[in-house]
Amino acid sequence: MADPITRPRRRFRGILVPLWLGYVFLYLPILVVVIMSFNDSENLFVWRGFSLRWYPEVFADGALMQGLGNTLVVATGATAIATVLGTLLAYGIQHYTRGGFVRAFAIAPAILPDLLLGIGLLTLFALLGITLGLHSVILAHAVFATAFVTAIVLARMASIDPSLEEASRDLGAGPVRTFLKVTLPQLAPGIVAGALLAFTLSLDEFVIAFFTTAPTQPTLPIVIYSMVRFGVTPEVNALATLLLFVSVVTVIAAQRLTRLTGSSK
Amino acid sequence: MTTTSHEATPGVRASRARRGLAPVPFLAPGMIFLIVFMAIPVGLLAFYTFFKRGRFGGLVFEFTLDNWVKLTEPLYLGVIAQSIGMALVVTLLALALGYPMAYAIAGLSPKWRTVALIAVVLPFWTNFLVRTYAWILLLNNAGLVNQALQGLGIIDDPISMLYTPQAIAIGLLYMYLPLMVLPLYASLQQLDPSLREAATNLGANPWRAFRTVTLPLSLPGALTGCVFVFVPAMSNFVIPELIGGGKTIMVGNLVRDQFFEARDWPFGATLALLLTIILVLVIVLQSAVSRRVTEGGRRG
Repeated sequence: MADPITRPRRRFRGILVPLWLGYVFLYLPILVVVIMSFNDSENLFVWRGFSLRWYPEVFADGALMQGLGNTLVVATGATAIATVLGTLLAYGIQHYTRGGFVRAFAIAPAILPDLLLGIGLLTLFALLGITLGLHSVILAHAVFATAFVTAIVLARMASIDPSLEEASRDLGAGPVRTFLKVTLPQLAPGIVAGALLAFTLSLDEFVIAFFTTAPTQPTLPIVIYSMVRFGVTPEVNALATLLLFVSVVTVIAAQRLTRLTGSSK
Repeated sequence: MTTTSHEATPGVRASRARRGLAPVPFLAPGMIFLIVFMAIPVGLLAFYTFFKRGRFGGLVFEFTLDNWVKLTEPLYLGVIAQSIGMALVVTLLALALGYPMAYAIAGLSPKWRTVALIAVVLPFWTNFLVRTYAWILLLNNAGLVNQALQGLGIIDDPISMLYTPQAIAIGLLYMYLPLMVLPLYASLQQLDPSLREAATNLGANPWRAFRTVTLPLSLPGALTGCVFVFVPAMSNFVIPELIGGGKTIMVGNLVRDQFFEARDWPFGATLALLLTIILVLVIVLQSAVSRRVTEGGRRG
């Protein structure tokens, strides 16, 4: 039989082949977009030489910049609402509920099909006579964002020593004061991670925004959707590359943050 | 302040806080928000399914079961079957590709595991439309895949790959593959390697050790991954539209069309509700099977 030391190593290498194939599948499309964003040619499929000409065009495109502005407004608003509601919910669930109903209810929007939430909110807004616009998208995004903040803060709360809160209460602080002075500082990393996730999800969200915004107030994903639908220009490649860059930076920042929260306990 | 009495009986204070108004400031804002903007909208949709559409959109308050009956028309049954079939194919492909990936990652050293996992998740965090668009670029008649095949002399004329059901399947697989790898990895990584070693030491060949030890123990993760892929794949309407060119209609496309083109909101709501019912059934089935597997494993 083979040498026991070399045998596992050979098996080890063979096992990595599907992993590498998986990575090729996951990254080849992204790589093509990035490379073609530096293409000098008007033609999307023929390489003519290196150029940065499409990048300034992204920033000169009024529709794209309007979409970007709208997306930032929506993500900021939705994150603000979701961070407050989600943190309070997580605290309330952890301390005042038994059984899983409230927890399941608060996390449900994260699991509910976005399509259902989108048309449901559209129907509600139409029934109440609320005109659609950025405010309606903010409310809609805050719904699923609240679920994610709640889930993440709950997870963080599980790692907190309850005796500190008990000590605070025993020393006479009321629940609100205990929450503000003792719990909140300990929860901070979880809250920041939750807010970051909510913000990122809102930035990328398409389906719910598609149903709850006015045609005059598209978010960035909706602008991209129309661009892709009605004929692609090389400008989209440059925009896509910029968005990829932002996503990568955000994910790495979030990863650092979770590692920090994980180690600090 | 009445601190003195509380100091003496902290336990009483805690239990009274539990029953009193203390939870209100924490739970009420979020619960009211979610009731108004989640529970009521979904309830409203359920309500709409039993009423007639208005001539110019909206609703006529006249009770009817027509919307649910309409679902049994061959046209709509076909679309529903097609959506389930597509989601199923994508789920199986994701399992076939994702399982070996998760298995390989679980075998890496802890340091490389993190890197490998981030590399799987990273595409998932990049804009959904950007990733869809990338496949339009690749699969186009003049796109990279056709250029490569022509360059290699495998084909003479470009194959139309974009705007086919196969292209939709690839797009959906690409979109949701990370959702299969993550839960699979989580369950594979918990496996005690000594179990497999024990099987091997007792004379099982690697395949048998895998089949009798690793595979059953990773089944819950695989089932979770299948649900994570199936659910969004079935309700997606953007990929069928952009990569499929609108030629293959899925339930999501129908819902969208009922709201924006046909202006038949009650029927659109009925389709969306049916979709949700199917997805809930899938989740219920998954947890039932999963529970059975874990219990069976414990007994055996």
